[in-house]
Amino acid sequence: MTHLTSLTLAEARKGLADKTFTSLELTDAHLKAIEEARALNAFVMETPDQARAMARDADARIGKGEGGPLAGIPLGIKDLFATKDVRTTACSKILGNFVPTYESTVTSQLWRDGAVMLGKLNNDEFAMGSSNETSCFGPVGNPWRREGSNTTLVPGGSSGGSASAVAALLCMGATATDTGGSIRQPAAFTATVGIKPTYGRCSRWGIVAFASSLDQAGPIARTTRDAAILLRSMAGHDPKDTTSVDIPVPDYEGAIGRSVKGMKIGIPKEYRLDGMPAEIEKLWSEGAAWLKAAGAELVEVSLPHTKYALPAYYIVAPAEASSNLARYDGVRYGLRVPGKSIGELYENTRAEGFGAEVRRRVMIGTYVLSAGYYDAYYIRAQKVRTLIKKDFEDCFAQGISAILTPATPSAAFGIGEKGGADPVEMYLNDIFTVTVNMAGLPGIAVPAGKDAQGLPLGLQLIGRPFDEETLFSLGEVIEQAAGRFTPVRWW
Amino acid sequence: MSVDAATVRRIAQLARIAVTDAEIPHLQGELNAMLAFVEQLSEVNVEGVEPMTSVTPMAMKKRQDVVTDGEIADDIVKNAPMTENNFFLVPKVVE
Repeated sequence: MTHLTSLTLAEARKGLADKTFTSLELTDAHLKAIEEARALNAFVMETPDQARAMARDADARIGKGEGGPLAGIPLGIKDLFATKDVRTTACSKILGNFVPTYESTVTSQLWRDGAVMLGKLNNDEFAMGSSNETSCFGPVGNPWRREGSNTTLVPGGSSGGSASAVAALLCMGATATDTGGSIRQPAAFTATVGIKPTYGRCSRWGIVAFASSLDQAGPIARTTRDAAILLRSMAGHDPKDTTSVDIPVPDYEGAIGRSVKGMKIGIPKEYRLDGMPAEIEKLWSEGAAWLKAAGAELVEVSLPHTKYALPAYYIVAPAEASSNLARYDGVRYGLRVPGKSIGELYENTRAEGFGAEVRRRVMIGTYVLSAGYYDAYYIRAQKVRTLIKKDFEDCFAQGISAILTPATPSAAFGIGEKGGADPVEMYLNDIFTVTVNMAGLPGIAVPAGKDAQGLPLGLQLIGRPFDEETLFSLGEVIEQAAGRFTPVRWW
Repeated sequence: MSVDAATVRRIAQLARIAVTDAEIPHLQGELNAMLAFVEQLSEVNVEGVEPMTSVTPMAMKKRQDVVTDGEIADDIVKNAPMTENNFFLVPKVVE
């Protein structure tokens, strides 16, 4: 029998249903893998006792034939999701030892469906970052290394712990969140599958807020099918989030293997950047050829405002963050650094509690919202956002089913390699993913190949609003053609 | 547009984040790098374009204006650094 941790979620589901092994055995195998992989720093909190209790419960339910769709499946949870009685920090010092008395809607649905929690996963502080280097718990190691090199690379971010843990076979899938690319970029850096669903598909209730008009939860998994299984449990209307949409959640797994024949796939010319590595260009053409071979028709499309998405994002996201993070004041929860007045208490707490990247974004957000600058920056950026969304609408109005792009402009890079002098260098990682958040659309990243140094590269598919199914069908075509990629264990 | 040292101090104060004089030049450089990056938005023609207010076209659901939650004061203050009888404690605000 293959090692239990190397099964896909779908395979494990079958093994559990057939009683080939128990959830407790499956869970123990993963707990052991986590213990052996502490060098990766993917988990910031391991919850073995809770995991075993949940696994026993799942086994009992499976025994009675009452197992839910995820019965007994061990998962990792990004530390941005509030988990009842389990420390939740958003990987920020300012949340300190915050222990929620409630459960996020998304995770409560996973437990409702029988999943087992292995622990909490590392991420960039408040999900602000593209390399997982801004976490107060330190960086996460990517299970992938360049061929013949011992340099530890970043797994991407902000869902770096999620991507690293899934790629390193520490959990069968993980929750993640995506504000500008935080699911898709780490998925591409680790040869995992990550989907950011349409804005409104998953409830944001109980997820630590970064930029509320952009944030969406989604899964990171090892296969397109596994991601489809997880998203079905995570999605759905929640009266506690007024932006969550009240429409039925389809059986996403049913879209796996569905024909893509006759679908029109857009190739946006504006994504062909000057100085784009030849490997990325090649990967993109290969992806297009695979879809064509499966019967899809490729059409060149234009998204003229693409280059303005990232600058507009760096106004809208910090503005919303500065407002969302106003709640961290040293009074109601988390860190408190004393001061002579309440003003000093706030200022000292926030100076001590926020890391450099968060402070920078809160400050820029404060500036663009301040009197005299609001119209010039914030309102202008929101107008540009309308234009970005309209680009996509015009494209879909021509009968385009989905758009194919590279997921990232490069493969994973080394810890400390980027953004040291100029923060914008790091921000450019999200150049292909951020448009999708600005327009509220669904986007999936699927592993598609490797670069010359043996590092994984991903392709992104962007879909119509609430048409995640088409992304799963197309993603599966790429996965079948490209094959799956597993890192060589070094940790 | 770029910010000077005085503006950086003012922003930090508005954001309620203490900064030391030594940190100002570095912060000023970072903020100006970001402002220079977003400057390219000024070349977009936004004449007659409505600013986005909702990314998904949907009417916000409303609910009855009734109490649906409560009696959880212990939960609310559970994570607070300083409390007394379920009140949050802060330095004296009113003389």
